Amino acid sequence: MAQLTMIQAITDALKTEMKNDENVLVFGEDVGNNGGVFRATEGLQKEFGEERVFDTPLAESGIGGLAIGLALQGYRPVPEIQFFGFVFEVMDSISGQMARMRFRSGGSLNSPVTIRSPFGGGVHTPEMHADSLEGLMAAQPGLKVVIPSTPYDAKGLLISAIRDNDPVIFLEHMKLYRSFRQEVPEEEYTIPLGKAEVKREGKDLTIIAYGAMVQESIKAAEALEKENYSVEVVDLRTIQPLDIETIIASVEKTGRAMVVQEAQKQAGIAASVVAEITDRAILSLEAPVLRVTAPDSVFPFSQAEQVWLPNANDIVETAKKVLTF
Amino acid sequence: MAAKKSQQFDPVETLNAIEEKFEMVQILNEEGKIVNEEADPKLSDEDLQELMRRMVYTRILDQRSISLNRQGRLGFYAPTAGQEASQLASHFALTKEDFILPGYRDVPQLIWHGWPLHQAFLFSRGHFMGNQMAEGLNVLPPQIIIGAQFIQATGVALGMQKRKKEAVAVTYTGEGGSSQGDFYEGINFAGAFRAPAIFIVQNNQYAISTPREAQTAAKTIAQKAVAAGIPGIFVDGMDPLAVYAVTRDARERAIKGEGPTLIETFCYRYGPHTMAGDDPTRYRTSDIDSEWEKKDPLVRFRKYLEAKGIWDEAKENEVMEKAKEEIKAAIKKADGAPKQKVTDLLGFMYEELPFNVQEQMDIYKAKESK
Repeated sequence: MAQLTMIQAITDALKTEMKNDENVLVFGEDVGNNGGVFRATEGLQKEFGEERVFDTPLAESGIGGLAIGLALQGYRPVPEIQFFGFVFEVMDSISGQMARMRFRSGGSLNSPVTIRSPFGGGVHTPEMHADSLEGLMAAQPGLKVVIPSTPYDAKGLLISAIRDNDPVIFLEHMKLYRSFRQEVPEEEYTIPLGKAEVKREGKDLTIIAYGAMVQESIKAAEALEKENYSVEVVDLRTIQPLDIETIIASVEKTGRAMVVQEAQKQAGIAASVVAEITDRAILSLEAPVLRVTAPDSVFPFSQAEQVWLPNANDIVETAKKVLTF
Repeated sequence: MAAKKSQQFDPVETLNAIEEKFEMVQILNEEGKIVNEEADPKLSDEDLQELMRRMVYTRILDQRSISLNRQGRLGFYAPTAGQEASQLASHFALTKEDFILPGYRDVPQLIWHGWPLHQAFLFSRGHFMGNQMAEGLNVLPPQIIIGAQFIQATGVALGMQKRKKEAVAVTYTGEGGSSQGDFYEGINFAGAFRAPAIFIVQNNQYAISTPREAQTAAKTIAQKAVAAGIPGIFVDGMDPLAVYAVTRDARERAIKGEGPTLIETFCYRYGPHTMAGDDPTRYRTSDIDSEWEKKDPLVRFRKYLEAKGIWDEAKENEVMEKAKEEIKAAIKKADGAPKQKVTDLLGFMYEELPFNVQEQMDIYKAKESK
């Protein structure tokens, strides 16, 4: 087994599926010869040729529409949107078109497209690169939205996403791309979409998180451990659909829960998770379910990022409120 | 002192020169006379009759659809009269292997490609069974978002190129659609990939109420092809022979690997934008209507065919009767479609229903069984 970064695990997953299925096509801005601005598609064009790995003209809506059309010819497109802040340019192709293809055609057509895209704060990008816009995607029926938090998960989830016969938005947190390495098997494996994972077991409090906030939550749990609190961390991995079963099982065990998201608070994933918990497990709760999120501004200019982004200290602070309620 | 004329390049002169190049292609004039012998596609008598039959049938379908809509027996409907040459003569140049990505007014092309009439009526009525496309029928359901089909057409065409198919992707919009970003992205991507696509803009003069002049400073929509580096053609959209000939040529180029073509068909819709309350008298006069009626594609084609001795009133009546009968039968079939249920719709959201949808499915199943 090799020690891989998340970006290497993603490249590995792409290679695996390109080998497995000749219908898999990778395309987008600068993904060919250049291997992508983060090198996620490094070496793919050389290995699989320009017919299967190619650069497109610079237009996100065009990339989305191209994917829909290619899927109609039996391909399994894996386009890249260079930064997820650019998603507004391709919203119709995603929400208006591919998410509805199966529905609109009464089940006679589908859009097995996996859109990969980097997002997430902490890496000092210009405006419109780092925004957490997963909530927009999760609000659209017909899509699945996946956000891995580790290299191991990234490989298994991306392979599952590519094999899925419905459109999947696969969001890759830029801060996690090279922040740590992990053992990643060379052989292929899948992690089912829609399944959360308990990343750390505990019995006093459940912290539910996804993306870069999983690592922050684990840090917070370790700090709380020193104060004799036993904290469980659930990594959603897929934010649409939610893995209600895993969330509720954990909350029923600990009796206390909080949700952490990097995104701004308004109309977010965390709010959905809180609602599911109160709908289904209110009698197990010893305390209100609180949230740690960024404030309701647009993603800040890079100098203000560290002030804006939620971190382990914020999580510890809120966790204590829930633990001592 | 006179301005010094030192520029090597005169942008205004260049623009004017390009615009003048886009002359309207016409083969059959309003009197039904061939005016461009060299360009005559020389269709067989049988083909000429078949194209006429399709146009007459479709005019009847339009009249019946409007009337059914007024009786409350049809839903969303966008009238097609006036656009028969643009729609059906372009379609006449295609084969069943070609893939059509229509706008919402392009129901006739879908029907002649093999979409059953009763399904078109179900689409109009807002029933999911309308859009359930049979295996091997190379079409998408009518697109509602103006222009979205243009970029998808490029994807289909690129897929055909990769599969080495001898086929093309054909997409339709109106002149209003040519103002959309997806129009430019579609023709530009297709040019860059040399994808076998045909982009047809039916310039029917009004995008709902907004006149053609308000859409763009460009003299023609066809010239927009120049910016994408692809061929563009400005054609008389009321002339079946011209529309057929330019589409056939575009298809041949595409199949040979010479890339996409943009076709602007200059035409007119006699009816309202849709049957949902649009009143054309608010934005155009009856004088304009009657000017265009003189150019009618069916009238000029009938004159041409009659002069050739291959069309007469009896033939026309026969088509009209057939159309009426088939429409009646299709409405009856559409009436027999099962009532829609929420569980039908939930079932089409994903291949395998996720937890949330499954849970709602169970709730609605229980409700619907009461």
